[in-house]
Amino acid sequence: MKILVCVKQVPDMESKFKLDKNNKWFSEEDLAFRMNEYDEYAVEQAVQLKEQTGDAEVVVVSLGPERAKEAVKKALAMGCDRAVHIKDGDYYKKDSYSVAKNIYEYVKDENFDIAFTGLQSQDRGSAQVGVLLAEFLDYPCITTIIEFEYKDSEIQVKRELEGGEKAVVKVKPPVVLTCQLGLNTPRYPTLPNIMKAKKKEIKAVEPLDTENLLTFTDIDYPEKKGAAEILEGDVNELVEKTLDILKQKTSVLK
Amino acid sequence: MKLLLVAEYKSKKFLESNYELIAFADKLKADYVMFGVGDETDLPKCEGKIYLADSEKAGEYNPSLHKKLIAEVMEKEKADFIVLPHTSYGWDLAPRLSAELAFPQVTEVVDVDDDNFILPACNGKLWRKVSTGGKGIITIQGGAFNPENDYEGTPEVINLEVPSVESKIQFEGYEKAEAVGVDLTKAEIIVSAGRGVGKKENVENVRKLAEALGGELGASRPVVDSEWVEHSHQVGTTGQTVAPKLYVACGISGAIQHLAGMKKSDFILAVNTDKDAPIAEVADVLVVADVNQFAPALAEKISSK
Repeated sequence: MKILVCVKQVPDMESKFKLDKNNKWFSEEDLAFRMNEYDEYAVEQAVQLKEQTGDAEVVVVSLGPERAKEAVKKALAMGCDRAVHIKDGDYYKKDSYSVAKNIYEYVKDENFDIAFTGLQSQDRGSAQVGVLLAEFLDYPCITTIIEFEYKDSEIQVKRELEGGEKAVVKVKPPVVLTCQLGLNTPRYPTLPNIMKAKKKEIKAVEPLDTENLLTFTDIDYPEKKGAAEILEGDVNELVEKTLDILKQKTSVLK
Repeated sequence: MKLLLVAEYKSKKFLESNYELIAFADKLKADYVMFGVGDETDLPKCEGKIYLADSEKAGEYNPSLHKKLIAEVMEKEKADFIVLPHTSYGWDLAPRLSAELAFPQVTEVVDVDDDNFILPACNGKLWRKVSTGGKGIITIQGGAFNPENDYEGTPEVINLEVPSVESKIQFEGYEKAEAVGVDLTKAEIIVSAGRGVGKKENVENVRKLAEALGGELGASRPVVDSEWVEHSHQVGTTGQTVAPKLYVACGISGAIQHLAGMKKSDFILAVNTDKDAPIAEVADVLVVADVNQFAPALAEKISSK
């Protein structure tokens, strides 16, 4: 069995974001980067499936600048076998359609049985790349999976719907699955596995000139609509102020 | 400008949230037609045309069929944009349509500015503007475009033939949410823990504050995914939608999905170390503090009175 997993490197979402000088994207200065959280679940599921079947190969693909190699290395240390890094410093200028086309062009001849991607990236949140990749491959696609089971060459997944409800769906490979948070518990790479990963292949390839359908005009901070009263100070002071406000403005403290 | 609004039906019922699609069309001052897999006995109240595929024949989850039917409606109507709700239905279907029609897709639109669509990036800390060149597929964020008036009228129904489309995906059924341990929708006070509490043990700080206030414990998604708190306490799109008299958000930065589930609370008190966190957009008061210091101190003060 051949398994594909797509990962993206994104900034830590707790960061303070500054805009780049053209107001097209955020400035990467002073940001810490990590693997997109949704993709960690995708990698974990791919590795678990490999462990279950015993004879699978897991290939990780990532499109991004030089630094994205760190996310790829993490995926290898988690148990993926080899990687393709589409090295693209202009990654943020590509729309989802173009990103998916790029990945498609590099994986279409690999004849994957199962591809796992995150449901969405934390920075752009487009939730498009996995589904588009499936459409280009002409594979079925199931999105937002929260449970995964592989038995007798058949896959059963649960899709997360709204309000705690799930849909139970069966499919046979080949298939693309997009992973929701909570699907599993992503492992931490162990030191021996980090060392082993250093020997695994990371094939660097050039991005292809694929068509963008969207034009990014600019990026900005959200318009401040809220008028939250901000309280700052030492904790005791804050407690007193908060109590006063709760007494004055709510009916919950008698 | 003409829009094709893809209404979401669930178990033959037209969802109330679909009126937000009409509100979006109104905001753009655009004409619209609708598409839905549903039942003629339960139609939206609006004017215009609705292309309806019988839900008995179309089934509940068959994206290949929905894609084909919508492409067929597009042939006839030549709409400029297809608009879907940003839900598990909408975000599943939208990229399939984007691939089918080679239309650009914009996900989770929260506002429009002339011909540009605005969408959040990086957990809502930034807003991006994009242009689609006059055609596209849009998914709209729940609650971003609220209907100002009640709609009236009966749409003209155009029944669609449902072709047999082979689906490689087999839908087995729905699984209801587990019996809910706590009904947060009825709580008057909710104190919720977010990722900012740091670790599982620290949830106790939030739980004690909830007890001191006589309220229920709530939680954001990451806290539930980390198994620090059970799912039945989750507030947000995939949890419970609440509107208590007091909502205390402890260490919750304010992902859009969480805000959608609690922003109708009467009074929102947020405790966060980052005063620029998106929770400040909906909070009445934001206390800039470490929740693990502030929550126990507040709980103790309340209990001692």
